[in-house]
Amino acid sequence: MIEFRKEYFADERDDNLNEIGKPTQRQDMLGHVTGRSPYFDDHLFDGLLHLKCLRSPHHHARIRSVDTSEAERMPGVKKVIRARDVPLNLNTLLSLMDFGLDDEPMLADKKVCYVGEPVVAVVAETERACFDAIAKIRVDYEVLPHVLDVEEAIKPGAPSVNPTYPTNTFLYHEKYDHQKLRFGDVEAALRQADHVVEGRYQMSPIEQAPTETCGAIAAPETNNRFVVYTSTQALFFSLGTAAKMLKVSSNRLHFIGGTVGGGFGGKVDSIHEPMAILGCMLTGKPVRYAWDREEEMQVGAPRGAERWYITDGVMNDGRIIARKFIGYFDSGAYTRLSSYAIIKGTGHLPGPYTIPNVSSDVYCVFTNRTPATAMRGFGITGVDFSIEAHMDKVASKIGMNPIELRILNSYRDGDMKAHRRLAKNTALIECCQVVAEKAKWKIGSEYKAMSSLKGGGGERALIPAHTAIDQKGMVRGSGTSSFGYQPQPYVPSTPTFPSTPAFPSVPAYTPAASSSPAPGAPERRPAENAPTPSSTYNPTPSQPATPVEQRPAVNRFSSISGLRRR
Amino acid sequence: MAKKPIQFQLNGSGQAIFAEEGSNLLDVLRRGVGDLSPKYGCGQGTCGTCTVLVNGEPRLSCLTLAETVEGQSVETTAGLAHGPQLHALQHAFMDNFAAQCGYCTPGMLMAAKALLDRNPSPSREEVVEAISGNICRCTGYEPIINAVLAAAQSGGRRYG
Ligand code: FES
Ligand code: FES
Repeated sequence: MIEFRKEYFADERDDNLNEIGKPTQRQDMLGHVTGRSPYFDDHLFDGLLHLKCLRSPHHHARIRSVDTSEAERMPGVKKVIRARDVPLNLNTLLSLMDFGLDDEPMLADKKVCYVGEPVVAVVAETERACFDAIAKIRVDYEVLPHVLDVEEAIKPGAPSVNPTYPTNTFLYHEKYDHQKLRFGDVEAALRQADHVVEGRYQMSPIEQAPTETCGAIAAPETNNRFVVYTSTQALFFSLGTAAKMLKVSSNRLHFIGGTVGGGFGGKVDSIHEPMAILGCMLTGKPVRYAWDREEEMQVGAPRGAERWYITDGVMNDGRIIARKFIGYFDSGAYTRLSSYAIIKGTGHLPGPYTIPNVSSDVYCVFTNRTPATAMRGFGITGVDFSIEAHMDKVASKIGMNPIELRILNSYRDGDMKAHRRLAKNTALIECCQVVAEKAKWKIGSEYKAMSSLKGGGGERALIPAHTAIDQKGMVRGSGTSSFGYQPQPYVPSTPTFPSTPAFPSVPAYTPAASSSPAPGAPERRPAENAPTPSSTYNPTPSQPATPVEQRPAVNRFSSISGLRRR
Repeated sequence: MAKKPIQFQLNGSGQAIFAEEGSNLLDVLRRGVGDLSPKYGCGQGTCGTCTVLVNGEPRLSCLTLAETVEGQSVETTAGLAHGPQLHALQHAFMDNFAAQCGYCTPGMLMAAKALLDRNPSPSREEVVEAISGNICRCTGYEPIINAVLAAAQSGGRRYG
C-alpha cells in the first residue's frame, strides 16, 4: 500500500498530479494475459538453425590447439565458427561511449579467462546436433594459475587475467589503477577524531535470473540486411556492438526488441546478437542463439561482488568528520560495465551524509570469475549496504541511537557533496523520521524537529579550503583509452612485471609496478619521472610533454566518461 | 531421426503433427503447432513458465514427452479467452497488475485455471500452493495471489 506524505515539501510541488498516485495500466498487459506478447523467441522461421558454444572448463588456460574436424562432419552441422571467423574479435561494451579499451573476444583465441568462456560456436539444425558436435571438438588446454579474489589479484606476481590490463586493474583517466575521490584531508581529520571506526564489507555476486533466458534470432532480410529479434535491454548498445564486431554498417542491421522477459540489468551485454548475426552471415540461414538456464546461471554476467573497507573519524557527539573508502569491484575476467559502476558509485560517496573530509580509492579488478555487469542500482547498492552497515557499527561503537546518528549526519539542501555538486531535494532526515515512527523506534524531540530544508548550506556549502591530493596508483606508460586507437605497447627498459604474458595482438599498456602497495613492492612514480621512450603512444605529439606536477589538480574529471576533460 | 505422428486436442480443436521421437511437449506446441503462449524458462522443470493443462491437470510441458499426449486434451493460455471475451482470470490479472514482464504469466494463468476449475473458491493458502511451482521474478507474487482470489470471487460472472 503506497502512502503519500504530502505534508512534506508541500510548497515544492504542484499537487494537482494526474497520474502519480493512481494506478495506470501497462500498455502491454493485454498481450501478456493472452500469451501474445512477442518475446524474441516467439518468431518462427522456416529452416531455423541453432547456435551453441563450446565453453571453457577452466578458470584460466592457454589454448594450445583446437580440432573441430570431426565436429564439422557430424549430421546436421552447418558451420563451426572459430575466433578467426569473427571480423573484429575484441570489444568492450562501453567503447561505444569512448570509455575503456577493447578487452573481450567474442570467441576465445589464445586463452580462456573464466569457466564458461566461449571458444567455438557450432551452428546446426537442432540444439541436440549442436551439443553432439561440441562433444567431438578437441581443445588442448595448458592450464594456467588462476586468481579468484580481488585483493589477491592485485598482489605482485598474481596471475595476469586480462591481456589488455595486465596488472588486473582497469585504467582510469588514462593513468590511474583506481578511481580517486579526494575531498578535504581525511588523514588529518582522522587524527583529530575522538573515535576511529573501521569496517570491512563483502557482498557476493548476484545473478539477475530473468525468467526468460537471454537470446537473439538473426535472419537474412531483403536488400542484404539482417533482421534481429533480441531479448536485449539495450537495443542500441547491441546494434552498435554488432556493427562494430562484424564490421558492417549499422543500417544493414534491423533490430527488433522491446519485449523483454525480465532483465534486471542482465540483458545489456550484447553477447547474443553479434554471434547470431555472424552465424546467419556464414550460413545464409536464420540462426537462433539463446542460453539455456544452466548457461544463464553459469556465464550470464551477474551483479559483481564488491569489497569495501570503510574508516570513519567520529566525534563524541556523533558527528562524522572523516570517511575513507577503499573499494574493490570484482569485474570478473573482462570489463563489461564494472568500470562504469565505479564512476557512478564514486559520485555517490560518502552516501547521503554531509562529511567534510572524504577520500576514496576504488579498484575495478579483473579476476578469473564470470564477467560482471549491470543489475538494478549497480555501483550504488553494494556500497550503500556497506555504508549503512557501517553506520550501525559506528552507532554501537559510540553508544548512540542509530537513527539519531543518521539524522545528525544527514545531508541537507544546499550542502556540498564530495563530488562537488550542491545537494538538493534531500529527504533522508524525513525518511528516518517516518521509519522511526513506523518501527516505533524512539528518537529525541530535537531529532523529530530537524528538517532537510533547515541547517544546510552556509559553511556546509563550501568546498574544503585544502584538499590533500596524491599520485598514488599512477600507471606508467599508459595510452589513451579511446575506442579506435591502437596504442603501441610501452616496453619499459627494466621489466618490472614478470608475470605478464606477452599477447602481441592485443593493445596493452605495461605498468611501472604492481598495483598493490605491499611492503617491499617497488614504489610507484609519476610517469614523467621516467624518460619517455619513443614507443609510448602520444596522441598529440606536437604538444610538449607537461610534467605531471604542473597539471591541474587530479580531482577534476568527467563523471560520465571517466576520462579527463579535454 | 524418425518422426512420430501425434494427434491431440489443443484448446478444443484437433491437431495432427509429426514430431521427432523424444521431443518434449513444449517444443512441439511452440515450433510444431505454432502455439507460442507456453514459454521456455528453464527446460528442467523448475520455473513453471511452460505450464499447460493436460486433461485439466497442470503439467510442465518441458518435461512432458510429446507422444504421451496422444488422444488427450491440452489447454494453453492461447485458448483461455473466448474470442474477444477474456477469461475471468485474464481480467483479474489485468486489474490487479499481476504481470510486469509477462513472461511467467501464461504459466501462472494455467496453474490458476487448474485450481479454479476444481476449487472455485480457494483460500489464500490454496492459491499460494497452486502457484508454488511457478517462478515470477518481477511482481513479488502478491498481485498474482490477489488476482487469482479476485477471479474466484467474481465467479467468472463479473467479467462474463
Ligand atoms: S521451462 Fe518448464 S519448468 Fe521451466
Ligand atoms: S511478470 Fe516477469 S516473471 Fe512474472
